Amino acid sequence: MDRREFLSVIGATAAVAWLPEVAFAQRAAGGYSNLLILVELKGGNDGLNTVVPYADGEYYNLRPRLAIPRDQVLQLDARSGLHPALQPLLALWQNHELAIVQGVGYPGANLSHFRSIEIWDTASKSSEYLPEGWLTRAFASSPVPKSYAADGIVVGSNEMGPLAGGGTRALALTSTEQFLRQARLASAEGTARNPALKHILKVERDVVRAASSLNADYAFRAEFPTHPFGNALKTAAQVVASQAGVAVVKVSHNGFDTHSGQQGVHQRLLKELAEGLVAMRAAMQEIGRWDSTLMLTYAEFGRRPKENQSGGTDHGTANAHFVLGGRVKGGIHGLPPALTRLDGNGNLPFAVDFRDLYATALERWWGVNSSVALNGRFTPVDLLRA
Amino acid sequence: MKPLRRLLLLMLLLAPGAAFAADALGFDAARHLLNRTSFAASVDDINAFAALTREQAADRLLAWTGTKVGTPAPGWVNNFESPRRVRGMNEAERKAFQREQFEKGVELRGWWLTEMLTTPSPLTEKMVLFWHNHFVSSLRKVRSPSLMYRQNLLLRQHALGYFGDMLHEVSKDPAMVVYLDNASNRKGQPNENFAREVMELFTLGEGNYGEQDIKEAARAFTGWGIDPASGEFVFRRQAHDEDVKTVLGRSGNFDGDAVLDILLAQPQTAEFIVAKLWREFVSPNPDPVEVTRIARVFRDHRYDIQVALRALLVSDAFYAPQHRATLVKSPIDLIVGTLRQFRFATGEVAPFQFALRQLGQDLFAPPNVKGWPGGEAWINSATLLTRKQLLERLFRAHEMPQPVLMAMNRDDAERAKDIGNPGANARERFRRAMMDVHFDANRWLSQFRPGDPLMARVVLAADPANPQPAGMQGIDLLRQVVLDPMYQLK
Repeated sequence: MDRREFLSVIGATAAVAWLPEVAFAQRAAGGYSNLLILVELKGGNDGLNTVVPYADGEYYNLRPRLAIPRDQVLQLDARSGLHPALQPLLALWQNHELAIVQGVGYPGANLSHFRSIEIWDTASKSSEYLPEGWLTRAFASSPVPKSYAADGIVVGSNEMGPLAGGGTRALALTSTEQFLRQARLASAEGTARNPALKHILKVERDVVRAASSLNADYAFRAEFPTHPFGNALKTAAQVVASQAGVAVVKVSHNGFDTHSGQQGVHQRLLKELAEGLVAMRAAMQEIGRWDSTLMLTYAEFGRRPKENQSGGTDHGTANAHFVLGGRVKGGIHGLPPALTRLDGNGNLPFAVDFRDLYATALERWWGVNSSVALNGRFTPVDLLRA
Repeated sequence: MKPLRRLLLLMLLLAPGAAFAADALGFDAARHLLNRTSFAASVDDINAFAALTREQAADRLLAWTGTKVGTPAPGWVNNFESPRRVRGMNEAERKAFQREQFEKGVELRGWWLTEMLTTPSPLTEKMVLFWHNHFVSSLRKVRSPSLMYRQNLLLRQHALGYFGDMLHEVSKDPAMVVYLDNASNRKGQPNENFAREVMELFTLGEGNYGEQDIKEAARAFTGWGIDPASGEFVFRRQAHDEDVKTVLGRSGNFDGDAVLDILLAQPQTAEFIVAKLWREFVSPNPDPVEVTRIARVFRDHRYDIQVALRALLVSDAFYAPQHRATLVKSPIDLIVGTLRQFRFATGEVAPFQFALRQLGQDLFAPPNVKGWPGGEAWINSATLLTRKQLLERLFRAHEMPQPVLMAMNRDDAERAKDIGNPGANARERFRRAMMDVHFDANRWLSQFRPGDPLMARVVLAADPANPQPAGMQGIDLLRQVVLDPMYQLK
């Protein structure tokens, strides 16, 4: 057993607790037995119509057609409320299991979908290109125990996102059944004679290993909604319920690029989001995992505060995101949208660097070092209960 | 020549691995050369090249290259879709316009893919693809299939010509002007995007310039733009900064072309390009001594790309045993190579475009200005399983017609929905197109005696990674061979 493996076996918490300067931060952390679920709102969710600044007159000035009328907002406090389609989330809110982080973004915001999601996925500066995802770097410096079926899975997309790049045991699958069917095409045999072949054989072995310990047949009583996002979460729940788990799951909810006719589409998307998240909570509670589950939403950017001529919104910057789980400190974090301080493109300034959220997951949730994964020091947000 | 001697010569030419002359390539080296430069190689081609020397073989491949396209272009390629048109549109018109643009994107990709599948000079297409991945522009930002088509023709014109000429012309290519924002680079409000990437990614490589060089160079490119009506490049003198700029230690009232000449005068530019060609054709790790040597020859020949490519293709490194089977096939290599190698009959190529996209290589849409990272990044659990499933189904297509590809992935379906739901229609089109995919296994296998080890030597870049089950032969053995991890390498 090498040293790194030894550390992961005795548990990262105990190991890093020897280091005095980080000891406090690690108290609540539970290593990779704590599950992280990343929910990508693909296309760039409109944060302003998700977490609505209903007391801010400027919001209604900027959105004469799209603003959610004050009397329809699900009010959370004197300033902010949820889009009415998010009704199912109120139960979590009341239970203090839902945190909202406002103003999440990064300096030098890029307005291209492809570039901006790459910045989020690789946790890079907006001016640098990194070859691998932030979780790939995290797992390289603090490995996931080998007994796990895989380090992580990506459901419903072939883009590995935060798990991209060599080294991780990361799988992409659409359904556990389909994965298990396809996995017969992989083989754990073979001799590597050069680095390229070695890499391919490693991926084949990862598939075979994961296939041998994943099940597709846990009978949840919790019912998942039947839209694609619900199906993706159902697959994720199957993987989590398998005999050997994973440290991280990434699921995507598609279609948030609402440049025109936003109202009806966004209503449906948020309804699906809330239904899916609530179903996932029920499933995790059922298998006793809700207290060791942390769900984070993310997206490449928010949308522009001023609505456009087509009843939609264009690419924006800072955004509101959800953090959910049995040990989440419910409430509103970050800063409310500064609608009177928009930049030259008419976009919002950010208040919380997205890498602060990543640091929260890495340090407080898993108890692993975050500076390698994030290429620098970022400050965890106080979002978790011990 | 007497008939008998002619016959003897012919036999020597045809015998696999025959040492025709002391310095002839032989079978395996010829296979290696053709596999790296031509997507795939038939037994006849390998035998023909086996009798040549390295120099003869490289010269022959280069002589076959050209600038013309055999595949007819879609009818709309010369109609520029002015962004002005969209402005005055209502909701329904805009949807229709988007659907039309989506269709054009499919046709554009189909045009290039068809050319790759049918060209008599695969090396030409490999080089056009190489430059597409060097001078990156993407349909996703440019949003004009006709400008992307024009850029492809430009890359084609210079793909095996002179790099300096290509750099100057690509910099003024309308798609590039849009993609790297020179269109909004004005005196007093410089946009540094193009200036940065032209140094970092097109010429010098990182570390060979400073931030100040970028700022100054950006001013030299001010005033470059495109005419929104015609899509042609225009120089707007009133938007051009006429003051003195200092770039890489030289000062003057430079315009964009002058800055490009300064970049071409740096030895690092030739080294950067040669190292990239090395990673494409030779091995993942360029040998710095050899790169410097070849780069000098490249520059001394006015950046003649054929000179650099020939130098690589005749080098000891290219043929070194330790460099064989060390490169991961790109999705294009895999799909075009397989369809060509096994002479698949295909109908419409659209399903393969979507397979390419699933495998991470959407033509005309590299992920960012750095292009496809390539190498090991092509392979993860999802792409590897998708590759294998595609291969398995292709090699079962002779048994019963069935959809070769999985249904469009969710992103595609989502996209299709966004643009007015051609989804069901597209799926039906795919289903029909897949019925046209056919592999004549008996005919292809008839080149080999049953159990002939030559078959695997033709198909794989090196010995299989997994042992072949004893007694297996025919299509079963072939399927085993293409599903071997070694088939993913070249």
